[in-house]
Amino acid sequence: MTKSTLFFVLVLLCLAAYRVGCHRSMQVASGNIRALHSLPGYYGFFTALWCCIPALILLGGWLAFEGSIITQMIVSGLPEDVRSQSPEQLGLILNDVRNLVAGKGASSQNLVLQQAAQDYIRLHALSDMLLGVLALSAAVIGGFVARQRIQVSLKARNHVEGALMIFLIACSMVAIFTTVGIVLSVLFESIRFFQLVPITEFLFGTDWSPQMAIRPDQVGSSGAFGAVPLFTGTLLISAIAMAVAVPVGLLSAIYMAEYASPQVRAFGKPLLEILAGVPTVVYGFFAALTVAPFVRDTAQSMGLDASSESALAAGLVMGVMIIPFVSSLADDFINAVPQSLRDGAYALGATQSETIRNVVIPAALPGIVGGILLAVSRAIGETMIVVMAAGLAANLTGNPLQAVTTVTTQIVTLLVGDQEFDSPKTLAAFALGLVLFLATLALNVLAMHIVRKYREQYE
Amino acid sequence: MNSEVSQVLSKRNLDIVNASLKRRHAAESRFRLYGLLSIGAGILMLVILLGSIFGKGYRAFSQTYIGLDVHFDPAVIDPEGLRNPEALAGADYNALLKRSLGELFPEVTDRQEKRALNRLVSGGAAYSVRDEVLAHPELLGGTSRLWVSAGPDVDMLEKGYVDRDAAEAERIMKDRELGWVDKLKADGRLERRFNVKFFTAGDSRDPEQAGIWGALMGSLYTVLVTLVLSLPIGVAAAIYLEEFAPRNRWVDFIEVNINNLAAVPSIVFGLLGLAVFINFFGVPRSSPLVGGLVLTLMTLPVIIIAARSALKSVPPSIREAAMGIGASPMQTVFHHVVPLAMPGMLTGAIIGMSRALGESAPLLMIGMVAFIVDIPHSIFDPATVLPVQVYLWADSPERGFVERTSAAILVLLAFLILMNGTAVYLRRRFERRW
Repeated sequence: MTKSTLFFVLVLLCLAAYRVGCHRSMQVASGNIRALHSLPGYYGFFTALWCCIPALILLGGWLAFEGSIITQMIVSGLPEDVRSQSPEQLGLILNDVRNLVAGKGASSQNLVLQQAAQDYIRLHALSDMLLGVLALSAAVIGGFVARQRIQVSLKARNHVEGALMIFLIACSMVAIFTTVGIVLSVLFESIRFFQLVPITEFLFGTDWSPQMAIRPDQVGSSGAFGAVPLFTGTLLISAIAMAVAVPVGLLSAIYMAEYASPQVRAFGKPLLEILAGVPTVVYGFFAALTVAPFVRDTAQSMGLDASSESALAAGLVMGVMIIPFVSSLADDFINAVPQSLRDGAYALGATQSETIRNVVIPAALPGIVGGILLAVSRAIGETMIVVMAAGLAANLTGNPLQAVTTVTTQIVTLLVGDQEFDSPKTLAAFALGLVLFLATLALNVLAMHIVRKYREQYE
Repeated sequence: MNSEVSQVLSKRNLDIVNASLKRRHAAESRFRLYGLLSIGAGILMLVILLGSIFGKGYRAFSQTYIGLDVHFDPAVIDPEGLRNPEALAGADYNALLKRSLGELFPEVTDRQEKRALNRLVSGGAAYSVRDEVLAHPELLGGTSRLWVSAGPDVDMLEKGYVDRDAAEAERIMKDRELGWVDKLKADGRLERRFNVKFFTAGDSRDPEQAGIWGALMGSLYTVLVTLVLSLPIGVAAAIYLEEFAPRNRWVDFIEVNINNLAAVPSIVFGLLGLAVFINFFGVPRSSPLVGGLVLTLMTLPVIIIAARSALKSVPPSIREAAMGIGASPMQTVFHHVVPLAMPGMLTGAIIGMSRALGESAPLLMIGMVAFIVDIPHSIFDPATVLPVQVYLWADSPERGFVERTSAAILVLLAFLILMNGTAVYLRRRFERRW
């Protein structure tokens, strides 16, 4: 029995258990529904839960361990001289066995492998059968036990609601598991990386060329993992982006909130928000094919030397992407400033722009700063634009017309393509990921703290 | 005396105010102008962005075809005369195409020239001849006119990317090739037709053979996995946090986590997917399943936040009324509050899905950038998605891929507009003011 049919049968069993539960509850109440503690449907759910939960737990556990146990058994079945090879070799042999099972690749003449493949098929069939029998009997026994427990006084609704509550709590924990997963996944690989490359060299070194020698005597292959050029490149591009996004975003938010007539607002706001909905890969394409040549040609016509993948092009386009983000946050905070503050300023004879500059903006400033910090964290973490338009050259420069590279670009280039999971090259990507995560985390926490504190002021 | 002083002073004040009024009003209108200018700048960028992509992309929806009189020579296709499909599928159809081209231009005899002549038709044209033969085996032995896709250079020429006036050495097409194309055109053997292949084929190294169907199916499966996982989990989490959670440190911690995850760079989720789903749990690489899992984690915060605000907007009187007639808290929420909050939750879910559809950075980490020709048929097959296809094509050096990249972007944007339009419609149609 395959796992999908097993799953299907389990669903059918649960439906049957629901019917049985409903029926049984009416039976014990001898047809008098008011004698029951809960509605009959709850007795049905109660029985169905008893039927499926033990079986599903069994199924999940089985799926989690089946693969590794079968692999263990296959390995122990291999002859001694094969087993004593290095783990990598053994992994390759196991791959051959799996390919043989799937019918892919050349049918190996190797008798040992064929024997192993047959074992593999046999063990899998055995495991599927065993799982089927166990899961179905668990479901039937569970359903039967539940049916026996149904009495007039059984608080079926409370049981069902308790189970539902556990499900709700588990779902809300997913956020915590995700954070823990992120931290653990980047932390462990980073620690392994820092065992190979000292952390001080990584954080303060100014030379980045992530190659590792395949042979010790290779020329020009001593890898250097000094990430400072990446940090400066990231900061340079983010600074250009913010130089575009903050003034444009802020001024348009002020205009929308203070000056614009409802018609202009209804028309302009959604238009600006389209910019936020455009996928980043589209911005990357735009930056690489339209803006970067334009920047290069303009710089050359002014007699400046510009590379075809300049930090300026990537930064400008990233700034355009962030405009709606800044403006919608600033809009929220400007609208949150109470009208009484504005009225006070008008009463003193201030013009509208003086009111905005001297009263509204200072009052909304903490919120706006928080919003800008969030925007910086987005700029630092933005990937596709810089991957497509910023280039790979790790230049330590402040010249926006030169090519620079960023943390995210390097993560992508290090991890896309063939990877060996032990090389410092791959591990370096996780170390960069850790830096990126910590930097954005710090910015986010700071921004959220400022925003939260400010929001309380006028509420 | 006193009143005189105050009169003088107040007069002076008034003068000062009056004198500065012009400057202040000028400052006022300048400030307004800055605001208008920056809104204009934002909208202008949007127009340039969309305009440049549309301008580059619309021509990819048509494709140049060449009509050739192909003689389906049984000696080439089926020398054994058995008509078995395997032999038919493996035959040398390129030879047939070369022969019909040679008949059109008998004056071409030089080897090198012949090769240039054969490049007029696409390298994949032989497959369409094969498909034609497999579909209609009765064609064998006869001659009929087949329309096959033209090679990339001819296509570029037809779409006006090749400057005929440029010096011959700088052109991708030489004078003799231009002559052939003009002759074909004069014979009515050159036509631009709607590019069906773009919507039905998988990826290819040849621009004229490449299509987005594979990426579209990959996107569909990935977004489906994301929807199936993230909607129930997100709604359940929102219900717990909004309706049942006690106010304590633990719940605060969950909320801080959710807010922070909403602002974590998407590429970090890719690292998580690589380390946890692929290396730890052994989910197949490049599959829509692992892509969907990663995007689920990424869109969950969006859905939770939207669902919470939808639940928040249901007035307490609904809950009190339900409780008042004896519903349990769980019944109150599931029978009364959730149905009323459903439109808002669905709107949030659609917006989350449109973000997932446009996302590419984390998918690069988990192997969805592979060159995949086959159309995926399940969530376990290796696949790529539309935005990643855009990224891959944008990296290709062939001139023909530029317009195809833009066209793929146009398709992607069409889907996003459709989804966001649905969300706006849902919001307008079902939003209730309490």
